[in-house]
Amino acid sequence: MSKTIDALDIEATLDAMAAQLKPLVESAAQAPVMVGIHTGGLWIAEALHARLQLSSRLGSLNIHFYRDDFTRIGLHPQVKPSDLEENIDDRPVILVDDILHTGRTVRAALNELFDYGRPTSVTLVVLIDRGGHELPIAADVIGQQVTLPRSQHIKLHGPAPLFLKLTTGSTSR
Amino acid sequence: MSSAASLQIDSEGRLRHLLTTEGLGKDLILSILETAESFLPVGKRQIKSAPLLRGHTVVNLFFEPSTRTRTTFELAAKRLSADVLNLQMESSSKSKGETDLDTLLTLQAMGVDVFVIRHPDKGATAGFAAEVGNEVAILNAGDGANAHPTQALLDAFTIQRHKADFGNLSIAIVGDVLHSRVAHSNIHALKTLGVPDIRIVAPEALMMEAPEQLGATPYYDLASGLKDVDVVMGLRLQHERMHEKKINDLPAYHRDFGLTRDNMRLLKPDAIVMHPGPINRGVEIDSEVAYGERSVILEQVRNGIAVRMAVMAMIAGNRQY
Repeated sequence: MSKTIDALDIEATLDAMAAQLKPLVESAAQAPVMVGIHTGGLWIAEALHARLQLSSRLGSLNIHFYRDDFTRIGLHPQVKPSDLEENIDDRPVILVDDILHTGRTVRAALNELFDYGRPTSVTLVVLIDRGGHELPIAADVIGQQVTLPRSQHIKLHGPAPLFLKLTTGSTSR
Repeated sequence: MSSAASLQIDSEGRLRHLLTTEGLGKDLILSILETAESFLPVGKRQIKSAPLLRGHTVVNLFFEPSTRTRTTFELAAKRLSADVLNLQMESSSKSKGETDLDTLLTLQAMGVDVFVIRHPDKGATAGFAAEVGNEVAILNAGDGANAHPTQALLDAFTIQRHKADFGNLSIAIVGDVLHSRVAHSNIHALKTLGVPDIRIVAPEALMMEAPEQLGATPYYDLASGLKDVDVVMGLRLQHERMHEKKINDLPAYHRDFGLTRDNMRLLKPDAIVMHPGPINRGVEIDSEVAYGERSVILEQVRNGIAVRMAVMAMIAGNRQY
């Protein structure tokens, strides 16, 4: 399976994910707010936001201030700031990331999200669920599920075109 | 490189303490400004703190009175979820008993992680940094007339948010540069960031020694100093440091070196006006300039919190423990 994951047709997968999200968006009492996690998650969120033609502004989270490894490795070199202009109080949030692995990034993102307000619900959407979860966190919408050994790493490259790269061996951070 | 400049960088080139802007590399300064940019939205949310320094202790150790700087450091630490202690001390040069270093080492033994220190003596924080353990980080909040690095960084941050490129700016620093740690720190930082034209505008009595050696040009006449600049930084006339009474005639100082609506016409049309505060209204700057359309003085205050959060988080995270 690991041979095929980096050959995944991402555009077709995004179409399928958008189709899966459509009923949720249409049935929501309040307009949902889509939020992508920097950097890969934001690329996926941008693609889904366009496909679903959401009226609310796309938000982004930089979860570095919420990571659980600060006391081990210090502050990460920065990416872009979080940008969440929409009020998320009493609205459903669609949280988007590229790869779901340990679940620690999602944990951090949930903590940051709740410092912006109290959404009615959070739906987790990921392009790839690669297994190896370390926390009780699961995605609601998954583009492609795959089981990779710990020694293998899958990374999304972009923003255009989006493609996946599979590497073996340890990576720093 | 001065001992402060080398003490503050660890063997991997990371920021270990922040003691001075002297010798700070361009990349490091830019990464501090970039980190500060990420902290700005935190202050605009419903919940204005991030959990980075939860369970860490920050002590504001002030051997010299300050309300504004101490308050912004306290807020910065609290917005990082740190536990904060404010200690207003008499410097041991004035009081008997334990030395200032003893005070510091005692607090270190209590498990303090980050010290924010203001001290009347030049180089005091570098002296402390040389003595503390690996588990402690030190942030200079002003040592005599020597350095005030976070002020310079927040000034650079504020300029960056208004001006596209440091590489073509003219900046005038006006006023009491002789007693100003802010001026020294700013010149180092702005020079490193590539600002080609830094003007030091002051009466002879308040001019710093050899600004040319730091890469700045002295001006003794306000009108020529302000001509076509992109940024003007007013400095506070520091009465409390003027033991030798260099300026006796405040109205004359205001007439010759005060920033007024009239002389603001000399600047570039899109120029910004800055001041580190607190301001002496009607002395070095008029109220209508301080709160006028070009003024970014209150923005500097807001930016100061983000910059201090960035520096604190960086040095706290780069300790070896």
